Amino acid sequence: MHPAHENHGGHHPMLQHHFFNMGQQLEASILGMWVFLVTEVMFFGGLFMAYLLYRTLYPAAWLAGSHELNEVLGGLNTVVLICSSLTMALAVRAAQVGARMAQIVNIILTMGFGTTFLVVKYYEYAAKFEHHLVPGAHFDPTREPAQQLYFSLYFMMTGIHALHMVVGLGIMAWILYGAWKGHFNAEYFAPVEIAGLYWHFVDIVWIFLFPLLYLIGKHQ
Amino acid sequence: MNHAVNEPRSYLDAPYGVASWLLTKDHKRIALLYLISITVFFLIGALFAAGIRAELMTPEGDLFTADMYNKLFTLHGVVMVFFFLIPSIPATLGNFLVPIMCGAKDLAFPKINLLSWYLYLIGATLTLGAVFMGGVDTGWTFYTPYSSMASNTNVTLAAVGVFIAGFSSILTGFNFVVTIHRMRAPGLTWFRMPLFLWAMYATSLVMILGTPVVAITLLMVGAEAALGFGIFDPRVGGDPVLFQHLFWFYSHPAVYIMILPGMGVISELVAAVSRKQIFGYSFVAYSSLAIAIIGFLVWGHHMFVSSQSIYAGLVFSIITMIVAVPSAVKTFNWTATLYRGSITWESPTYWVIGFIGLFLVGGLTGLFLGAMGLDVHLHDTYFVVAHFHYIMVGGGVMAFLGGVHFWWPKMTGRTYPETLGKISAVLVFVGFNLTFLPQFVVGYLGMPRRYHAYPEEFQILNVVSTGGASVLGIGYLLIIGYLVASMFKPRNATANPWGATGLEWDIPSPPTTFNFEIDPVVTEDAYNYAGRAQKTGDN
Ligand code: HEM
Ligand SMILES: [Cu+2]
Repeated sequence: MHPAHENHGGHHPMLQHHFFNMGQQLEASILGMWVFLVTEVMFFGGLFMAYLLYRTLYPAAWLAGSHELNEVLGGLNTVVLICSSLTMALAVRAAQVGARMAQIVNIILTMGFGTTFLVVKYYEYAAKFEHHLVPGAHFDPTREPAQQLYFSLYFMMTGIHALHMVVGLGIMAWILYGAWKGHFNAEYFAPVEIAGLYWHFVDIVWIFLFPLLYLIGKHQ
Repeated sequence: MNHAVNEPRSYLDAPYGVASWLLTKDHKRIALLYLISITVFFLIGALFAAGIRAELMTPEGDLFTADMYNKLFTLHGVVMVFFFLIPSIPATLGNFLVPIMCGAKDLAFPKINLLSWYLYLIGATLTLGAVFMGGVDTGWTFYTPYSSMASNTNVTLAAVGVFIAGFSSILTGFNFVVTIHRMRAPGLTWFRMPLFLWAMYATSLVMILGTPVVAITLLMVGAEAALGFGIFDPRVGGDPVLFQHLFWFYSHPAVYIMILPGMGVISELVAAVSRKQIFGYSFVAYSSLAIAIIGFLVWGHHMFVSSQSIYAGLVFSIITMIVAVPSAVKTFNWTATLYRGSITWESPTYWVIGFIGLFLVGGLTGLFLGAMGLDVHLHDTYFVVAHFHYIMVGGGVMAFLGGVHFWWPKMTGRTYPETLGKISAVLVFVGFNLTFLPQFVVGYLGMPRRYHAYPEEFQILNVVSTGGASVLGIGYLLIIGYLVASMFKPRNATANPWGATGLEWDIPSPPTTFNFEIDPVVTEDAYNYAGRAQKTGDN
């Protein structure tokens, strides 16, 4: 017999009409998030391509540029994001077993780490403005022009990443609301799961950005 | 609350009202919303084309200034590629048919599907805004530095429009991939899927993998034009050729976004009009995937003469020859299917035959262009223009119109006059060849593209081309006329007017909101015409 017919009596309240059952709905949302993350990889991929090309063409400018970044702050932010990934994973686990309080606490912690990251990033950006390292008309004229390329890519890569963090915080707020209402349990946890996938992805992007922008070549 | 209690009504009737359409999550209604929008943009794009052809009637640049001419061909290209052809089959026929062919009630993410239509509208509006603010003159390719250092400010607006429309196409592809993976009816294995689903799947892969790259590229151009980030600016060491690489990394695959869906439509139509299982089903299915994958490895054939090393050019040239193979496989298989089929001469048949002929010419001339040495002569001439119009208009638009004629009774519940269907197919075929065949010749003789004036000896061929374009235009207008007129007639279509196989023909025309009253179970291969004939014979 077809699964659809078995379900006709007691629909789960969160089951959308066009799915046969909760299992199919969960699988669809998780696959959907993975597909979305593939598009994100390609999106950042264009920037990494430009990075690769110009780094090869202008190694000296890259070295000089990376010396302007504060690897202590960058390192701190890396630790902060890794912690947020842990709390995110714990939140997903809590949703799967239906532990409401643990969901709420872990989501709030994740949001706290995310905000910390953005605050640190703000101070880093402010310093770049002060030192005339923002490409364009106000760029420090004593520097080699190709360093503008480095900072163009620095701002685009970290800026788009930070934008993803802001979106992530919005998603977390939405998940927090659902957790507060007690929506998530062993039967229905897809939103937390896919929000988690997104959050981990954004963290991983940073894990690549940090060494590429802050560390490589610096201590030669 | 419980919809099962009410008598099921067709998706066109239930419920009424403007809001019920603008906020609909029904994939079939969204398909119609898209159909209306892309038709409007097709007409806008055609208007620009009319301007181009009118200017080229005479060798002197008399009708428009060079600057205005630049804007005409740019806007023609931008509108036709990004706002008509890329969404054409996926967002209309694909939206309508993918869930039904899967045996599902809707796409996996109906709200995201609606969002994609709104993104399309926002992108289209911004780009039109750029038109009204004075237009864009970069060519549809947005090459730097035309689009950055040397741009008028409208370029940013138009690029933002294309960027946003790109997300609408990503969302469509994303929805199709998840739907085809996760929502197929019991018994509908991968190799029982109609080939249209295979084609939509392959197209979606290209949309998902390619479109984000052009999105980030346009963002980099925008950052350069608006914020002074010199990513492609040679003054700070930036490389304009990097833009071309990134652009064609998307845009060659994007040409397959435009033709793969057409190939899927033709596979359905070929089987239906010849009442036969498609010849070499699995070859046709796999060739869609092969095109999607190899299509990502040939972008350098657009850059043979833009400072690319000749070794890179050599490799791209060879891979270009290879990517033609899966397209040839399809063409052979369609022909083999038609061979000894019981061909019925209905209007879809005319579109099928037209498609195969025109696509063949377009594909073969692609090989001319892919041959590195020959391309040095042909690059940026009218030969290239003729090549891609044979594929995109002769192939893509013919297939789209064939599909619209084939599924129109299903989508609207109405039929159109068969004779007019055939006449319009012939008009379009003849008009098309008159327009673009001379362009191969004039391009080979050396007429460059993108100039508003040309030497006198090219005039005759250009006049033929403009005359052909008028025939073509009449053909298109005729189609729009009788299809729109059919909407004002009573619903007279039967569930399966062509006697075709496929889940969509087992449900009423037009379908009910949730497509299937009883969830379907698939027990046979696609195109089981032989099995059907036996069954009706037994009765
Ligand atoms: C299948 C669908 C195809 C479509 C929609 C298509 C479309 C296009 C378009 C739009 C252009 C012009 C780009 C521009 O400069 O503005 C182009 C150029 C080109 N196409 Fe195709 N094409 C298709 C198939 C092929 C095939 C099968 C080949 C070869 C195997 C091919 C080889 C080329 C080459 C080499 C060029 C560059 C010519 C030049 O700029 O010198 N194309 N095509
Ligand atoms: Cu190409």
